[in-house]
Amino acid sequence: MTAGILHSGQARGDWVELSAAGSWTAEYASAIEPQVEAATRGITARGVAININRIEYLDTYGAWLIERTMRQWAKEGREARLVGLREDFRGLFEKVHAGTQTLSAPPPRTNSIVATLVSVGMTMSAVAADLHLFVQMLGSLIAAFGRVIRHPTTFRFTSTIHQLERVGWRAVPIILLITVLIGAILAQQGIFHFRKFGADIYVIDMVGVLVLREVGVLIVCIMVAGRSGSSYTAELGAMRMREEVDALRTMGFDPVEVLILPRIIALVIAVPTLTFLGSMAALYGGGLVAWLYGGIAPEVFLTRLREAVTMSTFEVGLIKAPFMALVIGVVACVEGLQVQGSAESLGEQTTNSVVKSIFLVIVLDGVFAMFFASIGM
Amino acid sequence: MAGNGKAPIIEVRDLVVDLKGHRILNGVTLDVYRGEILGFVGASGAGKSVLTRTIVGLLPKQQGRIDVFGVDLDHAGEVQRQEIERRWGILFQQGALFSSLTVGENVEFPIREYLDVSDRLMTEIAITKLEMVGLKPDVYRKYPSELSGGMIKRVALARALALDPEILFLDEPTSGLDPISAGDFDQLILTLQRTSAMAVFMVTHDLDSLHTICDRIAVLGEGKILEAGTMDAMLRSQHPWLKAYFHGARARVLHAVAKN
Repeated sequence: MTAGILHSGQARGDWVELSAAGSWTAEYASAIEPQVEAATRGITARGVAININRIEYLDTYGAWLIERTMRQWAKEGREARLVGLREDFRGLFEKVHAGTQTLSAPPPRTNSIVATLVSVGMTMSAVAADLHLFVQMLGSLIAAFGRVIRHPTTFRFTSTIHQLERVGWRAVPIILLITVLIGAILAQQGIFHFRKFGADIYVIDMVGVLVLREVGVLIVCIMVAGRSGSSYTAELGAMRMREEVDALRTMGFDPVEVLILPRIIALVIAVPTLTFLGSMAALYGGGLVAWLYGGIAPEVFLTRLREAVTMSTFEVGLIKAPFMALVIGVVACVEGLQVQGSAESLGEQTTNSVVKSIFLVIVLDGVFAMFFASIGM
Repeated sequence: MAGNGKAPIIEVRDLVVDLKGHRILNGVTLDVYRGEILGFVGASGAGKSVLTRTIVGLLPKQQGRIDVFGVDLDHAGEVQRQEIERRWGILFQQGALFSSLTVGENVEFPIREYLDVSDRLMTEIAITKLEMVGLKPDVYRKYPSELSGGMIKRVALARALALDPEILFLDEPTSGLDPISAGDFDQLILTLQRTSAMAVFMVTHDLDSLHTICDRIAVLGEGKILEAGTMDAMLRSQHPWLKAYFHGARARVLHAVAKN
């Protein structure tokens, strides 16, 4: 195959005839396009003809380039004519000729200040819509829970246990590993700095209070949001994309009751359990470092811990856990049900789910801190 | 058009494909000739899609040989293989449009990757292709999630045709379309095939399509090609499955219509 060529015209009276030859195909389109533009530029004649008799191969690309040129001439008020059209190319030319190419104008660009303001406004209303959806989901969850209480047989027990295994049992190793490390790091830092004042023993107070009140539950919640919240969002999102959620609804099932309630109940059970295990592991890690690095014997550590930590310190951490689990679960499910048709939207909602639930967990932690401070716990 | 003396564009020889320990294809031998529409039928689960996916290289084969454009795909280098992939277009059953790209970007995708053409020409070709498959240019800026099932199939066809392929693989192109749209789609494929003389390899269950546009029909069953030939040959065949398929209740109505 030889590349397509367009020979410039010979004038005949007020007509010019150009002749095309070679392969006018996709492969050579980039080489032909400038030729077509160059050959057709300086034409002043009233009528133009293209002789395509010598074209060997032709596809949509070649046909369109010829059609486009003819249209250009027609627009300039010249008479345009196609000469030597082979019978086997006729269908292709008719197809290409039938196209209108009328594309509606792209949406106009607004100036950047307006665009910024628009985006700020959109974000604010999106926050309000999010809050609305969150409360709505909480409401339908409570309603579904009420129904399940009244008719306990409708409760999806198997599903709940399955979810519990996924978000609770299988999370135990990684949670233990991370919290041991966090406890160890806290103790090491505490000893390193407190030693300057000769107050190394107080590291036990710090580790005890910090782990049981705050760090244990926060670390667990962040892990669960990243590990289980994201998978809830992705699962529900994929189910929505494939119309599984709609199928459930048309069969007379409430997706909240069937899909979401078991997941959230599983989280509400799993997170406090993991928090307890995580806190114990963190204390163990702290004790280990205090012994090996700080030279504080385990007996001393335990005695001091008993004095420093009260039952209420322990309770504060655990009371927060189910509420945080609820927040993570609800955010994950709301985001999952927001997924639109595209793969991109699935990714976006999963990211949103993790970011929002971690943010809300920390906000909630702040609210609890104020609450416990005011009731003196 | 049964390839009298013409060189086949796809040559499948003694193909064996296992899937998860099950032998799906067991010695498939099939030719597809330049410029023909080959209808490919078989019971659900007989391995029609498996054969298509194996030919285009999505599934590994255990034994056998596949030649496309006279090149053995096993021995084709990366560049040669890309060159072949540029010359075929595939329409997947569900369309398989990229959901995060607009319709226009979907059609332009192969053009952008394979050809070095100006943006203007690329847009114009994309719109031409969309209009060729019977869509309005307005869909150019829409996203696949905004389209109906039939429109998705058309866009997917436009994308399969973007590079003016020499072979077009269609996996159940008319499934899920109403009979009128399915008929239109058949005519569309026929027109496009006649204008560009490409080979069409069509997996289908649509007896209408087989009657109206296919030059040749190949039947897959028991892991082999049971029969390949024209519609008349299919109707004369004594194989029980073929008799059930082409002389069943649904087929009889068609024959009655065809005779009138």
